Amino acid sequence: MKQVIHRKFSQKLLHLSFLLLFFFSVSLVAQEGDPAKGKTLFNTNCAACHNLDKKMTGPALRNVEATLEAEGKDRQWIYDWVHNSSAVIKSGDAYANKLYAEYNQAAMTAFPQLSEADIDDILAYTAQEAPAPTVAPTPAGGETASTGGGISNKIILGALIVLFGLLAFALILVRRTLNRFAEAKGLDVAKEKGPSIWKAFVQNQFLVLVTVIVLMLAGAYYVYGYLMQIGVDQGYQPVQPIHYSHRIHAGDNGIDCKYCHSSARVSKTSGIPSLNVCMNCHKSIYEVAPETQQEGLTKYGVDYNAEIKKLYAAVGWDDANQQYTGETQPVKWIRIHNLPDFVYFNHSQHVTVAGVECQTCHGPIETMEVVEQFAPLTMGWCINCHRETNVKVEDNGYYEKIHEELAKKYNVEQLTAAQMGGTECGKCHY
Amino acid sequence: MMKSLLKITALLVIVLSVVSCQNKSRPNYQFMPNMYEPVGYETYSESSAFPNGVEALVPAEGSIPRGYTPFDIPNTTDGFNLAKSSLRSPLDSTQVDYDKAKPLFDIYCAICHGTKGDGQGNLVKREKILGVPSYDDAGRAITEGSIYHTIYYGKNAMGSYANQLSETERWQVVAYVLKLKADLEK
Repeated sequence: MKQVIHRKFSQKLLHLSFLLLFFFSVSLVAQEGDPAKGKTLFNTNCAACHNLDKKMTGPALRNVEATLEAEGKDRQWIYDWVHNSSAVIKSGDAYANKLYAEYNQAAMTAFPQLSEADIDDILAYTAQEAPAPTVAPTPAGGETASTGGGISNKIILGALIVLFGLLAFALILVRRTLNRFAEAKGLDVAKEKGPSIWKAFVQNQFLVLVTVIVLMLAGAYYVYGYLMQIGVDQGYQPVQPIHYSHRIHAGDNGIDCKYCHSSARVSKTSGIPSLNVCMNCHKSIYEVAPETQQEGLTKYGVDYNAEIKKLYAAVGWDDANQQYTGETQPVKWIRIHNLPDFVYFNHSQHVTVAGVECQTCHGPIETMEVVEQFAPLTMGWCINCHRETNVKVEDNGYYEKIHEELAKKYNVEQLTAAQMGGTECGKCHY
Repeated sequence: MMKSLLKITALLVIVLSVVSCQNKSRPNYQFMPNMYEPVGYETYSESSAFPNGVEALVPAEGSIPRGYTPFDIPNTTDGFNLAKSSLRSPLDSTQVDYDKAKPLFDIYCAICHGTKGDGQGNLVKREKILGVPSYDDAGRAITEGSIYHTIYYGKNAMGSYANQLSETERWQVVAYVLKLKADLEK
């Protein structure tokens, strides 16, 4: 009996110790700061230069406190560093100087506005375990579904062909059985032939004449249609060396066209952006969001992350070490919108002076996954727009006087580009 | 009957082959290509003049284009600090044109820094790029010199905007950034 009492006592002790441990650990966490708050602070203040798991401008910060503890740096050192890193470096701290040299002498911005509690929160966030990597989608599944749009169209077409084939076959069968019935009953179906339709047709000269005229007109119509589309590349949609989705960049992210095509503002060509413009963002964006990647694989058959790797290879960016290798490779972009050599077209005149939206000529680029030529780019198309578009005269001293005089001459309030001389041959052909 | 069937299949094959020749990934036929295709080098065309088939090369190091003022301050931390403390805008108050600077700022900067300069651009809101500071950030304490240096060379994750903005445009944007900073500090 005594032993049982003892056992109960030891059990109670165990419970108590568990409880104590629990309370202790809870209070420990409370001292550690709030990881959720830390995440917000990290994203607004640190994420420009630090990633949790990847070297960026500064080192990766996952478990930074543990790493620093191994170097013999306590939390006070972290406070000092964040508040004013250059002072720590100047104090002659060996580890600080080593870090400074290792990261190309990029001085970390001072954050005096972060309180010690804020830094505790951030440290709590960095101490969190890394989330398990999401399972990569199987490429095989992606590929089969990739050409989804094309396949469904082809399926419909194929089904239609099969259906018509079956119909024709059924008709032939029906005819055969009917003939057999007729034979069986002793009826003579096909023998009763008067003059054939063909002979009757040939003998009717009027009908022949009309048919010939109709055939000639139809032929001329199609030949004319074919000749008129020679040299017109409307719908031209080449495959580019690096898949660049205007839908994501200009559509979803709302980046202005002129951000990348900056020379459209000031020069003749709209400019194919040089790769350093891509790197303005893709230095930080080294992979797309998992949902975007999934969408690309299933809907468009594109591995967006692989395309970013292609960009890195072309521009010579070593993502692991965050520096340029100097080995670059020009990207052979395929130009889509081509005007013949005998036409002069200037982007800045249209974009900056006239204030024409890019979409007026290039169509809904921001919805195109693969860009295609939207406008025919024929002379008739140019002239039409010049006839219909009013000249933008606001804030344009150059046009004010001539606009006033011409408006009086033509007795209109607003001049169109054509009335301003926009249909003169020499404007574009010289 | 077999004959007509043969004729029909032949017609189908011809029609199908004509239709399948319409390839969207290739440009259409041209009438008299030597009137369409330029003889001289066109922008971005391919040529055999230089390695890799490029049509133009980067100018020789040290060459100065017409109407271009060299920027002496180097792309280092010391250079940044020098610019921050000593570099001044060549534009006086009459030359600063916020109406011209705002569209430029909205195109090139606002996508990350936000139209108000508070670091809440569209890319930040969509969590594509993180950690874009607000212009009134006390630790950075930006000045016109430091803004210009940053636009010219880039800083940390931000790239250089020297090739997208001309020198005057850069200084116009600098003035606009300072205005946004003043508005934020109100």
